[in-house]
Amino acid sequence: MAFTGIFLIIFLIVHASANACIFVPDHGATFNKVAHFLGTNWIMHLLEVGLFVGFILHIVQGITITIQNKKKRPVKYSMVRRPDTHWYSSAMGLLGIIILIFLIIHLSQFWVHTRFAGVFGGVGDITYDNGMYVNKPVDNLFGQMELVFSHAWVVIVYLIALLALGFHLAHGFQSAFRTLGMTSSRYIPVIRGIGYAYSIIIPLAFACMPVLMYFGVVHS
Amino acid sequence: MNLTLKIWRQRNSQDKGHFETYPVSDISEDMSFLEMFDVLNERLITEGKDPIAFDNDCREGICGMCSMYINGRPHGPLHGTTTCQLHMRHFHEGETIVVEPWRAQPFPVIKDLVVDRSSFDRIIEAGGYISVNTGNAVDANAIPVEKDKADLAFTAATCIGCGACVAACPNTSAMLFVSAKISQLAQLPQGNPERKTRVVNMIHQMDEEGFGSCSNIGECEQACPKEISITHIARANHEFLRATFAAGNKNVKVEHS
Amino acid sequence: MELNAKIPEGPLAEKWTYYKGHSKLVNPSNKRNLEIIVVGTGLAGASASASLAELGYQVKTFCFQDSPRRAHSIAAQGGINAAKNYQNDGDSVFRLFYDTIKGGDYRSREANTYRLAEVSGNIIDQCVAQGVPFAREYGGLLANRSFGGVQVQRTFYAAGQTGQQLLLGAYSALERQVALGKVTMYSRHEMLDLVIIDGKARGIIARNLVTGKLERHFGHAVVLASGGYGNVFYLSTNAMGSNVTASWKAHKRGAYFANPCYTQIHPTCIPISGDHQSKLTLMSESLRNDGRIWVPKQKGDSRKPNDIPQEERDYYLERRYPAFGNLVPRDVASRGAKERCDAGYGVGASKQAVYLDFASAIQRYGKAAAHKAQMHDADADTITRLGKQVIAEKYGNLFEMYEKITGENPYEVPMRIYPAIHYTMGGLWVDYELMTTIQGLYAVGECNFSDHGANRLGASALMQGLADGYFVIPYTIANYLSGEIRTQSIPTDHPAFAEAEKNVQDRLDKLMSIQGTHSVDYYHKALGKIMWNKCGMSRNAQGLKEAIQEVRALREEFWKDVRIPGAQNELNPELEKAGRVADFLELGELLATDALQREESCGAHYREESVTDEGEAKRDDSRFCYVSAWENKEGNNFELHKEPLEFELVHLTQRSYK
Repeated sequence: MAFTGIFLIIFLIVHASANACIFVPDHGATFNKVAHFLGTNWIMHLLEVGLFVGFILHIVQGITITIQNKKKRPVKYSMVRRPDTHWYSSAMGLLGIIILIFLIIHLSQFWVHTRFAGVFGGVGDITYDNGMYVNKPVDNLFGQMELVFSHAWVVIVYLIALLALGFHLAHGFQSAFRTLGMTSSRYIPVIRGIGYAYSIIIPLAFACMPVLMYFGVVHS
Repeated sequence: MNLTLKIWRQRNSQDKGHFETYPVSDISEDMSFLEMFDVLNERLITEGKDPIAFDNDCREGICGMCSMYINGRPHGPLHGTTTCQLHMRHFHEGETIVVEPWRAQPFPVIKDLVVDRSSFDRIIEAGGYISVNTGNAVDANAIPVEKDKADLAFTAATCIGCGACVAACPNTSAMLFVSAKISQLAQLPQGNPERKTRVVNMIHQMDEEGFGSCSNIGECEQACPKEISITHIARANHEFLRATFAAGNKNVKVEHS
Repeated sequence: MELNAKIPEGPLAEKWTYYKGHSKLVNPSNKRNLEIIVVGTGLAGASASASLAELGYQVKTFCFQDSPRRAHSIAAQGGINAAKNYQNDGDSVFRLFYDTIKGGDYRSREANTYRLAEVSGNIIDQCVAQGVPFAREYGGLLANRSFGGVQVQRTFYAAGQTGQQLLLGAYSALERQVALGKVTMYSRHEMLDLVIIDGKARGIIARNLVTGKLERHFGHAVVLASGGYGNVFYLSTNAMGSNVTASWKAHKRGAYFANPCYTQIHPTCIPISGDHQSKLTLMSESLRNDGRIWVPKQKGDSRKPNDIPQEERDYYLERRYPAFGNLVPRDVASRGAKERCDAGYGVGASKQAVYLDFASAIQRYGKAAAHKAQMHDADADTITRLGKQVIAEKYGNLFEMYEKITGENPYEVPMRIYPAIHYTMGGLWVDYELMTTIQGLYAVGECNFSDHGANRLGASALMQGLADGYFVIPYTIANYLSGEIRTQSIPTDHPAFAEAEKNVQDRLDKLMSIQGTHSVDYYHKALGKIMWNKCGMSRNAQGLKEAIQEVRALREEFWKDVRIPGAQNELNPELEKAGRVADFLELGELLATDALQREESCGAHYREESVTDEGEAKRDDSRFCYVSAWENKEGNNFELHKEPLEFELVHLTQRSYK
C-alpha cells in the first residue's frame, strides 16, 4: 500500500500541476497544449499504463486487506465507540471507495473518450448530456471541462470526492512513510507537516477547477 | 454507588455467548474494577449462580493478565491504566457499564471474559530473544550501550503482553506488541547478529497466527496501558524492509536444530 | 531422618569451586534421554527451564497463568544486587555475602549465602547478554543505586520495573528453548500432587485448568519454582494466584518445610481502603529516602494532615532511631507503624495508616533548585513548585500510581502507608544442592528457604531466583541425574501415578461435593485475619496458640461448608482457589506452630516475649541458632527437625539501628 500510495501521491502532483494550466488566463490555450502533449506522447502513454497498474494495485490491495482485516474479528464488539485517534485513520477503506466511485465517473467523463477516440469516434464527435454527455460536440479538453462543470451535481460530486481524498491523504501520506520505516524523531514531524499541507493543498487546487468553472470565473 | 453491568457470558469456546445484565449496588469508589467483579461474583456464588470468569493475577498493572473491554475501550476509559488499576471513582452513579472480552480471531474466548493469548507466546518463540546460552556471556560492562538507545530499548521493553493493542486495533493487528520486542532488541548491540531473521520470523508468525495488518491508525498506542509509542512499529517496518532487501538474506524461517 | 546439608569441604570461599570440580556430570547423549519437570515460571523457574534445556535435558515446564511471562517476579520494582564493584566503592563477594547474612539476622546457611554472592556477578552478565535494558550512565556503562541495609552501590535496576525486565529476559530464553523443542510448555496447568516411586520424585499430577482434565507427567527429577506463600495472609503484595500448593503437596509427600514463620512485612504499602480489598500494592522502599513518617501526637486526631501543626506531629522513627531515622530496616519500620496504630494514633478513615510526608523534601529540593537557578529571592510558591518538580523526577511514576489507587494527590497531601506481607523467607528445606528431603525433588527461588535467613534485604530476591535457576541448579542436578542415566522413562500407568491421580481426584470430588454456604474467598479472608492479627508483625505465645486453634476450626468449617459453583471439567477459578485455600489452611497452622516454637525474635519474626529493655527484637543464639525443618505427619501434625547453623566466617552480633 505504501509504495503504490507514494506513487499515486506523486501522480497527483503531476496531475494537479498540469490541470493548474487552466488558470492561465488565455482561455485554455496553454492547458489544451499541455493536454495535447501529454495525451499524444508515447512516453506518457507508457507512464499511463504504469499509473493504471499503480491504481489497480492500490485498490485491489486496499480492498483485500480491508476484507481480510474485517475477518480477523469474527465476533464484533457490541460497543461502537468514537475512536481515540483521527476518525479518518480508521475510515481509509470507506474513503477509498468514495474515491474509487469518483474515479470511475471522472474517467468516463474525461478519459475514456479521449483515449478510445477510434472506437467511439473523435473527441469532437462525443455528445455529453447532464454532465456525462452533452449535446454540443467539442474539440478541446478545456471546452469539455467547461461543459462538464456547468452541471451543479458534477461539481458537488467532485467536491465530496476531493474532501474524501483530502482525508485519505491526511492519513495515507504519513502512514506510507511509517510503513516504509521512517522513525527519525527529527523527520517525523516534518513528514507529518508536509503530509497535512499536501492533503489540503492538492484537493483544494483540484476543487478550484470545477468550482471556478461552474461560476464562470475560468472560461474560454 | 449503584451501577448496571452488561457482561459477556460464554460457557466455552464453542458456545455462541450473550450479554447478561447485573445490577450492582453499594460499590465503593475506592474499589478497583476487578474488586467490583469480586463483589458481584461473591453474590452470584451465594445465589447459586455461576460466577463470571475473568483473567487477573498481579492486580498492580504489570503482569498483563487482566483483559476487559470496558465501555468500548480495552482496560476502560483511563489512559495508561490496566483494568486492575482502574478504580470505580472514574464511573458515575447509575451508569451502565458494558464489559466484553478481547475480540480477535487469534484470541479465542475460553470462557466469559477469559481469552487464549498463547499466540503471543508463539510470536516470541519465533524470534523474540537473543540466542545466548547461560554461561556464554561476557562481562556486562564489556558491551557499552548508548544511554539513549538503552532508554529507548527500555520503553519498548515495558510491554506487558496484555493484548490491549490487538483488542483496540480496528484491523486486529498485533503490530504494537510485535514491534515493541523487535524494536527493543534492534537498539542493542547484543541483538544485532539475529536482527534480520528475528524481524522476518516474528512478522511471519504474526501473520500465521491470524492477526490483521497494520495501517498506522494508532488506536493501539492510545489503548496501551504502558503507553508504548507506535514509533516502534515504524522501526519494526524499517527493520523488516532492511531485512527483506538486504543482500544474501534468504528470509527463511530459522531452522530448528 | 537426619538432615544433611551436604556442604562441600574446604574454606567458605572455595566450597562452590570445589563442588563444581568434584560433582558428577552427565554426558550430552545421556542428557537427551533425561526428563526434568519444572513447576513455575518466575525468575527461578524460567531461568532453570531455559538453562537445563540449553544443556540438553528434556524439560517440561508448568505454570498456572496463561503465559509463563505472567509469574509474579514481574512485579518486583527496585533492583537486583550483584557484587560487581563497578562503582569502585569497596564492594566484594564477601561484603555482599556478609550484608546478606547480617540482614537475615544470622539465620541463613553460610555456604549457600556465600555461593549466592559468588554467582551474583554472572547474573548481570547473563541478563545484559539477553538484552535486558538496565539503566545506564551516559558513558554507556551500567548504572547502580544503593538500597536499604548496605553501604555500597551494588543494585542494578531498570527504572521501577527491574523484575519485569529480568523476567522477560528469562522468559525469552525459555521461549527460545520451546521453539527448539527442548522445553514443552504447559500453561494454565496446576501441579496438584507429586509422584514418588521408590523414594524418588518421578513426576507430578497436573490439572489442565481449561479442560479440568488431570494429567500425569513423568520426570527423572522435579524442580519446584513455585514462589512464596505470602497469600496465607489473604492480603499481601503477592499476585492473586500466588499459592503454596506445589510446595505443600511436596511437603505432604515428605519434603520438610523450613522456617515457615519467617515472613517479611514491607513497611510502605498503600493501606486497606475497605472490606472489598483484594490485594495490597507496594510503594518502593526508595520513598523512605525523602519521605518523613509521622502520626499526630494526639490520639484519634481527625484533622486533615495539613491542618496539624509541626509541633503536634510525632516523627516517631526519627525520635526513636536517631541514627537511621526513616531508613531503618523493613522489619523495624513496619513494627513502628503497627505499634503507633495499635496505640490509637493511626490516620485515615480506617485508622490503620501512618503518614509518609514529602513536604519537607519538597521545600529542601525547592530551595536547592532555586539556588542552582540563581533565584536568591524566590518566593514560597516558586520554591514549592521547583521542589515538586524534583520530586516528580525522582518518584513521578510512584506518585502517579498512588494517586491512581487512592484518588489523592501526594504532592499536596501526605501519603498514607501501612505495612503489608511481602515475601516469605521460609520454604521447602533444601541442602546445598537445592535438593529437598525427597530424592530428586529440588526447590529453587522463593519456594526454598535457604539464602535469606530471617529477613531478606531489598534487591536480593531477584538475585536469588536467578542464581538458583541459571547458575546453581544446572550443576547440582547433574550430580543427581548422573546416577539416573540407566533409568528409563517410567510409563505413567505405573501404580504410583494412579495412586497420586486418585488422591487428587478424590480431593476435587470432595471439594465439589460440599456445596455449603460460603465462598472460598470468605474462608481465605477469615484465615488472613487470624494470621495477620495473631501471627503477623508481632507475635506472642498466647496469640499463636489461639491462632492454631482458630485455623484448625476454620479448616474444619471450610471442609463442611464451602461452596464451589460450576463443574470440574471446565475452567473453574473458584475450584482452583478452593484447592489453594485448603492448602493455606494447613500451612497457616504450621506457620503459627513454628512461630510459637521459636521463642526468640529474629529478623522479621518478632516475639513480644523476646525483646531488649528498649523494646527491640532480641535474638537468642544459645537456643535458636538452627533451621527449623518440619516434617508432615498424619492428620496435619508436624515434627520438628533441627539443622544447626554453624558460622565459619561471620561473627554473630545483635543488630542496632539506634
